[in-house]
Amino acid sequence: MTKIFDTGNAACALAVKAANVDFVAAYPITPQTSVVEKIASYVANGEMQAKYLSVESEHSAASAVAAASAVGARVFTATSSQGLLYMHEILHYSAGGRLSMVMTNVNRAVCAPWCLYVDHQDAISQRDTGWIQFFAASNQEIYDMILLAYKVTEEVNIPVMVNYDGFLVSHSSMPFDTLEQNLVDKFLPPYEPSWRLHPKWGGTFGNVTPSAEYVPFRTSLNADMKRTGQVFLDFSKEYEKLSGHLQSGHFEVYRPEGATHFLLSMGSMGKEMELAVDTLRKQGIPAAGLRLRIFRPFPEEALNSILPSGAKLLVFDRNMVYGSMGGVLLQEAKASLFDRKDSIRVTGISLGLGGEDLPASLLVNKAKEMMEVLK
Amino acid sequence: MKIQDLSSLEYILPGTGACAGCSSTIGLRIIGKALGENAVCLMTPSCAVASMGMTPKTSYTFPALNICFASAGAAAGGMSMALDSLYEKGRLKGEKPVVFTWVGDGGTYDIGFQGLSGAAERNDDFIHFCYNNEAYSNTGVQRSGATPQHVPTTTSPSGKKMPKKNVPLLMLEHRPPYVATASLAYPMDLYRKVEKAKKMTGFRYIEIHMPCCTSWKFPASETIKVSKLAVQTGSWLLWEAEYGKLTINAPTASLVSGQKEPKPVEAYLKAQGRYNWLWKSPQQAEYLEGIELNIRQELDFMNGRTRL
Repeated sequence: MTKIFDTGNAACALAVKAANVDFVAAYPITPQTSVVEKIASYVANGEMQAKYLSVESEHSAASAVAAASAVGARVFTATSSQGLLYMHEILHYSAGGRLSMVMTNVNRAVCAPWCLYVDHQDAISQRDTGWIQFFAASNQEIYDMILLAYKVTEEVNIPVMVNYDGFLVSHSSMPFDTLEQNLVDKFLPPYEPSWRLHPKWGGTFGNVTPSAEYVPFRTSLNADMKRTGQVFLDFSKEYEKLSGHLQSGHFEVYRPEGATHFLLSMGSMGKEMELAVDTLRKQGIPAAGLRLRIFRPFPEEALNSILPSGAKLLVFDRNMVYGSMGGVLLQEAKASLFDRKDSIRVTGISLGLGGEDLPASLLVNKAKEMMEVLK
Repeated sequence: MKIQDLSSLEYILPGTGACAGCSSTIGLRIIGKALGENAVCLMTPSCAVASMGMTPKTSYTFPALNICFASAGAAAGGMSMALDSLYEKGRLKGEKPVVFTWVGDGGTYDIGFQGLSGAAERNDDFIHFCYNNEAYSNTGVQRSGATPQHVPTTTSPSGKKMPKKNVPLLMLEHRPPYVATASLAYPMDLYRKVEKAKKMTGFRYIEIHMPCCTSWKFPASETIKVSKLAVQTGSWLLWEAEYGKLTINAPTASLVSGQKEPKPVEAYLKAQGRYNWLWKSPQQAEYLEGIELNIRQELDFMNGRTRL
């Protein structure tokens, strides 16, 4: 184990290097750029035995890694914001095609107007592409989640997106522990797919498909997506045992003891929320923090089991679903809790868009406003 | 080598959904024989994809990835580089397969052009085949960047106003290892070019003129005849280039050098129903003169370009 003090993007690049990736294709975009710069330098100086393709767009980056995955390579790409939107077509293609892939998306607002700072609109716009989505909130979590992402994608054959907040996490230096290479290799043996697009294996991929044959493709993707929640927990346990890095499951739960009010969020806001919870507790309000770590598949059962009867759920969304009650997490949470027979109350707001600063004091005030709504 | 000497192995099996007289299928048949068994294909939405057979059946014997429309260049480049990585690391053993694309003019001239230009500039290691039938034939004949001037399609009902792009020339000016044009009427020239490209590494581009009986409106039995007329009239030029160094191939060479006059273009146009309106048009003389002038200019340009 080596203790490193560096940025979130550096943690990401180090994990990709450790994962013995075969092929990387990427296009630069702020704030993702230093991830791909570092990987390009690892490949150039021989630290990483991989090929790096400097493509001319994100659509091409996604196309290149999808096709590389089809021949059985362990692949990586990274993007942000508009780049992720430009990949959208290939996101559907690669999930539908059951290609094992890992991508980092450094969350950033989408245009118009142009904005360089964080929100989650880019990622939530890809909710229904069939990709698994993790959300990391610290550099340690980025490092661990990249390795977990490869383990998961190669088990369920569904691509994984590892998200973390632009600048707030991507460009913040914090200490994190890397893993000895022999332990990474033990956790992630070389990728041996069941099939490759290659003359030795034969077969075609993605032909025109009649409805009757199309339906099982979709239902099996959905079934495996649902299974992924448990796969993620199992591999997290395995990783924790191997690395000694604590893994907190679908949610990181902060101060749940005796809590009646649960403050749900994802990304770095979830870390700031811990300070807000401390303040509320000091004021006599039994609050707890819930930081979502896996957005797709949405951990419906875990949310239900965490919330006790009579709990009040306050949802903080760093995204907006235009024309609806708020953000995506609010919708997901409400849908997940709808069948509860006990009296769970839920409300939420969208905030922090385009990198709007979210100090704990603001989160405390917003929480109190929502408590008024639920009175 | 004569056409009778080609391998009797077939890479396109009976039962494709292609139209009778389909030029794309004839071309792919010849290319399969030249590339052999160790090849991987990428295709973008087109007639070839629509006619290869529906899941779980296929009439193509080579492994094929049906990727998205704009993706040919990046996907083929990425796949080829990933194979390099896997062979270098010893994860795959033996000889790396040839990576090739089979893409129509829409996927080459229009929606796929950016990715293809990127792949050519990076010198990605694959052969891009453009089968150019001068329209979106698969979706019922809409205009593409390869549709010639004046040709009516369902989206240019009164005839296309502007001339076609010259993508083989644009590819030539990327100066990649190999760029060539070919015609089904000269199958051994096509075969030779594929064999030559197969032995090279880096970005290789071969565009084949593909008269389409369904959208150009001629009898299915006349695909080769129309292909030949295109070359004889100078409407389609045969050439090849290595790293930008251009050579004109027979029989186009004698037209370019001026040794021989091209056949009058009417013979080519009259073989196609898509030009039927021209013979009733009051602008017939003006249009014909424009078409012939354009042929002459292209021949002159290529003559000059050979000297660079």
